[in-house]
Amino acid sequence: MAKITLSNLRHSYYPNPQGPDDYALKEIDLDWEDGGAYALLGPSGCGKSTLLNIISGLLIPSEGRILFDDRDVTKLEPTQRNIAQVFQFPVIYDTMSVFDNLAFPLRNRGAAEADVTRRVHEIAEMLELTDMLKTRAAGLSPDNKQKISMGRGLVRDDVNVVMFDEPLTVIDPHLKWKLRSKLKELHQKVRATMIYVTHDQTEALTFADQVVVMQDGEIVQIGTPVDLFERPAHTFVGHFIGSPGMNLLPCEINGQSASFQGQPITLEGAITKGEGRCEIGIRPEFVALSDKGLAAKVLKVSDVGRHSVVEAMVGETSIKAIVEGETPGQGADVHLAFDPARTRLYRDGWIATEAKQ
Amino acid sequence: MKTQNNRGWFFVLPVLLLVAFNALIPIMTVVNYSVQETFGNNVFFWQGLDWFQQLLNSDRFHAALGRQFLFTGLILVIEIPLGIIIALSMPRQGVWVPVCLVLMALPMLIPWNVVGAMWNIFTLPDIGLLGYLMNHTLGINYDMTQNPLAAWVTIITMDVWHWTSLVVLLSYAGLVSIPDAYYQAAKIDGASNWSVFRYIQLPKMKTVLTIAILLRFMDSFNIYTEPFVLTGGGPGNSTTLLSIDLVKIALGQFDLGPAAAMSLIYFAITLLVSWLFYTLMTKDDAK
Amino acid sequence: MTLELRSITKRVGAALHIKETSLVLEPGQFNVLLGETGAGKTSLIKLMAGLDPLASGEIFLDGKDVTRLNTQKRNISLVHQFFVNYPHMTVFDNIASPLRVAGMAKSEIQGRVEDAADILQLRPMLHRRPHELSGGQQQRTALARAIAKESRAVFLDEPLANLDYKLREELREQLPELFAGRGAVVVYATSEPEEALLLGGKTALMEDGKVVQFGPTAEIYRAPVDLASAAVFSDPPINSARIVKKGTTAQLAVGPAWQLTGGAAALTDGEYIVAIRPNHVLPKRQKEQAVELPGTVLVTELSGSESSAHFAMGDENWVSLAHGVHPYQIGGKHAFYMDPAHCFYFAPDGTRVA
Repeated sequence: MAKITLSNLRHSYYPNPQGPDDYALKEIDLDWEDGGAYALLGPSGCGKSTLLNIISGLLIPSEGRILFDDRDVTKLEPTQRNIAQVFQFPVIYDTMSVFDNLAFPLRNRGAAEADVTRRVHEIAEMLELTDMLKTRAAGLSPDNKQKISMGRGLVRDDVNVVMFDEPLTVIDPHLKWKLRSKLKELHQKVRATMIYVTHDQTEALTFADQVVVMQDGEIVQIGTPVDLFERPAHTFVGHFIGSPGMNLLPCEINGQSASFQGQPITLEGAITKGEGRCEIGIRPEFVALSDKGLAAKVLKVSDVGRHSVVEAMVGETSIKAIVEGETPGQGADVHLAFDPARTRLYRDGWIATEAKQ
Repeated sequence: MKTQNNRGWFFVLPVLLLVAFNALIPIMTVVNYSVQETFGNNVFFWQGLDWFQQLLNSDRFHAALGRQFLFTGLILVIEIPLGIIIALSMPRQGVWVPVCLVLMALPMLIPWNVVGAMWNIFTLPDIGLLGYLMNHTLGINYDMTQNPLAAWVTIITMDVWHWTSLVVLLSYAGLVSIPDAYYQAAKIDGASNWSVFRYIQLPKMKTVLTIAILLRFMDSFNIYTEPFVLTGGGPGNSTTLLSIDLVKIALGQFDLGPAAAMSLIYFAITLLVSWLFYTLMTKDDAK
Repeated sequence: MTLELRSITKRVGAALHIKETSLVLEPGQFNVLLGETGAGKTSLIKLMAGLDPLASGEIFLDGKDVTRLNTQKRNISLVHQFFVNYPHMTVFDNIASPLRVAGMAKSEIQGRVEDAADILQLRPMLHRRPHELSGGQQQRTALARAIAKESRAVFLDEPLANLDYKLREELREQLPELFAGRGAVVVYATSEPEEALLLGGKTALMEDGKVVQFGPTAEIYRAPVDLASAAVFSDPPINSARIVKKGTTAQLAVGPAWQLTGGAAALTDGEYIVAIRPNHVLPKRQKEQAVELPGTVLVTELSGSESSAHFAMGDENWVSLAHGVHPYQIGGKHAFYMDPAHCFYFAPDGTRVA
C-alpha cells in the first residue's frame, strides 16, 4: 500500500500536441492518501480512463510524474509497479478453477503454496466464493466472474493500489447494489488504497471517501460525497451529481446582492470578487413550493413514486423542485422558495460565494 | 435463444437435394461396386464382403495405410506448432498486418498440381535449384527419385510450405479476437510470457485450432495430387499413400470391386478419426 | 391505432417462454414493459414485432390481423439496447434507409430526415459516420430512424441501458416528447422501476414470462396486486417480513408491533406478509404513528441526492431510502421509522389482501 502522487501530469494522444484541446489530460496535480477509497467520476471522454491507465502503467504520460510513496514510477512497467486492476469486462483464465484463478497472481510471484491457500481462502470467504473454489471459472455467471477478477486484485496484500475500471458494467441491475456494497465492505476490511473509475454517481458516491470529478481532461472538484452534493464547486458538478441536477438561473449582480429577473435572491454568503457571467445554483431538493417567493407557472409534474419532480417556468427559465406529497396541476401558478443556506452563486461556472461559517 | 420455425426446412431442401446428388448417390454406387465383381460390359457377380475381407488382410493395404498415417502424423506435428509460432510472432496492428496476411495466403492460392510440379522441378538434382544446391554445392546425396528418405523429406516439406499458412491464419484470427484487457490483466498479475500463452492465448485459440487440426487432418489424409505429381508414389512404393494406391488399383488395374471396398474403408477411417479428434477437443466444453 | 395481443404464447422446445398474454396497447402515451433481466421483455417485443413466431394467439395492429404478416410488411420500428446503425453509411443515409426501401420520393426523404434530425439535435452530424459519433449520438441516430419512418408501432428495447448516467437522464426526459402526437404505439422495455415512473403512461409488469399487472404507471406503483409485482417495482428492493395478526395488532417475527387500520384490521387473524418500500422507512421520525425499527446498519449507499441504508433487525435485512446525506455508523445501532399507512399486506402465498 502506498501514497500516490500525480505531479504536473499531462497527456496527449497526438505526437505533437498544439493547443490545450489536443490534451486528453490537461494538468493534473493530485495526492492520494495511503489506504483511502477514491473514485474518479465523469462522463465518457473526460479523461478518467487515460488517468487510470497512466497510474497502472499501461500508458506513459506525455508530461509529469507519478510517485508511489515518493518513488518515481512514471516509466515503470505495470508488473514492476505492484498494482492490481479490475476491468470493465471480467477477465477470467478459462481453463483454471476458481481457486487457481485467485492463486494466479500469488503463484506468479513465487509465493509459498501454504500462503497461497491461506490467502485465497480468506479472499474467497470475503467475496462469498468459497463454495465455488473447485469449479471451473469459465461457466460462471458474469457477477461471479467479476467477483473473481476483484478477488485476483485483492489477493496480494502487498499491492500499492487496486484500481477498478467501471467494474459493474456487465452486472445485472438487480445485482449491482450487492456488489457495490460488497466493494465498500471489502475496502473497510482490506484497507488498501483503491481507485474506482465510473460515470455512475451512485457507484462513485457509495464507494469513495473522496470523489474526484473530471470534465474535459480537468479535475473540477475533489471532495467527500457530502461536499459534492451540498456545495458543488462547479456548475458541472452540480449538474452531474444528483438527479435531476442543480437548477442554474442566469442572474444580475449589484455589489453584494444578486437578483433573478428583477427579484432579489438571498445567497449563502458574501460574493467573492471577480468578473464574468453569473448564475445562481440551487438543487431541486432545496426548492420548496410556498405562499411567497418567485412566481412561477407549472410546466410539468413527473411522479417518480417516492416524490414528484415539479418543473415550473419563471419567464424563460425552468426551475425544478422535488416535492413530497400533494403536487399542483399542470399550468398552476405557484411560488418557489429557495433555502438561502443552499443558494450559491457561480461565476463562469466556478463557485463565487463564501461558505457560511 | 432457440426458436421453432418449420419454414426453415424449406430453405434447407435445395441443399439436401444437392448433397444427395453430390454425395449420397456416388456413395451408394461405390457401395454397390464394393460387394460385386465386374469384368466390364455391365456384367456383375455378387461377392458379398469378400473384397473387404481380402483388403483388411492384405499387406499392401496395411503398408499404404501405415504410410498415410505417418504422413498425416508428421505434418500435423510440424504444421500446428509452427503455425501457432508464426501467428504469435505476427504483428497485431499497424501497416505490416495486411502485408503479412497476403504473404501467408500466397502458397494456398497455388493449384495443387502446380505445387507438385513446382517442387518436382525445384528438387531435380541436375537442373532444380534445391537439388543442384544439395548435390553439387553441399555435396549431400539428395535425389528423391532414388532415395526414399529424400522423397519423404520432400513431400513433407512441400506440404508444410503449402498448408502451414492455413494454421497461421486461423490461429491469428483467434489471437486478434482476444480483448486487450486480458493481456493487461496478465501483465498486472505478473504472468510470464509462457503463462500468457498457456492460460490466455491457447485457451482462446482452442476453437480455431480444433478447426485447423480437423481440416489439416482430413486434407492430408486424403492428399493425392501433390505427392502423385511429385513422386508418383516412388521410389518403389515408399511414398505410395493410401490415396495413390487406391487410384492405382481402380484405374491402373481396373479392379473396381476392391477399389470400391478400399474407398469405403478409407472413408470410414477418415470419419472415425475426425470424430475422435472432435470429441476429444471439445470434451471440456460440455462440462 | 392500437396494438392488440390476444392470448399469445411463445414456446421454446417444451417450455413456455411467454405465457398466455393479452394486452391492448394504445398510442399517445408510453407503454412500459417493466421486469428484471430474463422476465421475458425482449421475447415479448420480438413477438409483437413479428421477429419470432407465436405458439398460439393473434396480434392485431389497427384492427387488422397481422399475426402471419412478415415483419417487413408491418411498418414498425425497433431500437435496441446496442447501437445498431449501418457502419458504412452517413447519419443521413442511416436515417433515410427505411424511407428509401419504401421507395419514397427524394425530396420527401430529405424533408423527413431533416425533421427527425432536428428533433434529436443531429443536424450538424448528418454527414458523419456512426464510428465518429458518441454513444448518445449513435443511439439518437437509431431513434431518428424510427421517427422518420413514421411507423405504426415503435419498440424500444432498453434503448438507454448502454449510455452514461447523465445522458440517459437527458434522453429519457426527451423521449415522451419525441413520440407525442405521432400516433404510433410506443412500447418501451426497461428493468429500472424509476425509468418506468419517469416515462409515465402505462406499465405492464412482467415476471417469469407473463404480464402480472397492466395499467397506468402510478396506479400500479401504488396498488400492486401481489408481492412479486410490488418487488419488481421497487429499487432498492422492497422490504418484506412475516407478521402475525391478532385483533388489530400486527406483530413482526423480530421487531415491534403496531395497530392496524382499515382493510388490514378487518382481515381474519393469522399469518401475513407485510411489505413497505424503502422510501417509507426513514432514519428520522416524521409522523406521530410511525413504528420504530431498531436496526444495526450493515451498508450505506449514496446516490447523489439520496442515501440508503441496509440494516439488520434480528436475522431480517431491511433497507431505508431517504433524501439527503445521513451520517450512519456502519455496524452501529440506528432506529428507523416506518409509516404503517404505506404498508402493503399479502397472504402467505403472495396475493395482496390489504
